[in-house]
Amino acid sequence: MTAFRVEVRVMPRATLLDPQGQAVERALHALGFEVGRVRVGKHLELDVEAANGEEAAARARAMCDRLLANPVTEDFAVAVKAT
Amino acid sequence: MSRRVAVVVFPGSNCDADTLAAARAAGSDAYFVWHRDTDLQRADVVVLPGGFSYGDYLRSGAIARFSPVMQAVVAHARAGGHVLGICNGFQILCEAGLLPGGLVRNARLRFLSRPVRVRVESTDTPFTCRYERGDVLEVPIAHGDGRYVVDPRTAAELEAGAQVVWRYVAENPNGSTNDIAGVCNGARNVVGLMPHPERRVAAVIGGSDGTRVFQSMEACHATQHAGDVRAVGGRHLRV
Repeated sequence: MTAFRVEVRVMPRATLLDPQGQAVERALHALGFEVGRVRVGKHLELDVEAANGEEAAARARAMCDRLLANPVTEDFAVAVKAT
Repeated sequence: MSRRVAVVVFPGSNCDADTLAAARAAGSDAYFVWHRDTDLQRADVVVLPGGFSYGDYLRSGAIARFSPVMQAVVAHARAGGHVLGICNGFQILCEAGLLPGGLVRNARLRFLSRPVRVRVESTDTPFTCRYERGDVLEVPIAHGDGRYVVDPRTAAELEAGAQVVWRYVAENPNGSTNDIAGVCNGARNVVGLMPHPERRVAAVIGGSDGTRVFQSMEACHATQHAGDVRAVGGRHLRV
């Protein structure tokens, strides 16, 4: 078994209004930054023991399906790193 | 006979006492069930009250949905039992997949705590049968994550199937799809809404427009019972 760190990114569905992203975008404009669309999501770090990276990723995806992301309102992506 | 109404208490529920009082005032035999319990004590109706279960961590309702009691609530709903989710309870029912759609951050981000006006769109539910279709009620909202979202296809199905139970009128406070304030499932036994009817059950607390939600629980049951005498095996005869 190897220790992996799995990074999970959960973002609001692209088709949904993201008022947090819009608020941050307006604040950045107010500060004079040039920026296009901003979206705000969540970042989770999971420490997982698994035989290999694929298994670690599969387990993280199962966690997303079950709890970490709501398929009605959010999309997710997982990235595995050996620690 | 009074109906047995289980009001589920999660850590962070804060409308449980008001909901229990409203159900009792309507004549129900209402009692609390702790979220760790797995026995609903022969409930006829289950109510998931408002509040901030588990601090709304991760997403509103996401963790409460896996409370031990929820297995019993899901079984109760699948058997045709009546379930009402108010505010956080509505969020939990969506997270549990008992109601379509989901509830996300209000469009203008602010937590809203004030009265709104909603129209009763369907009286064919166990919680609205004592209203008339088109009744406009003044009831308070108190939520940060009250924007009801569904994909366009599901929204069309909800409209076509008369599953929109309450709709905001005059203004849409949170940006909900189609001004939806409350919905029911396809079988119409599970209902959820963001406004708080339990906070409008007497003139002394600002009005009584919510009273009939709780009276409906008793009244619809009485009507069904009369029909059930002949409807052997009918879906209202719960196991």
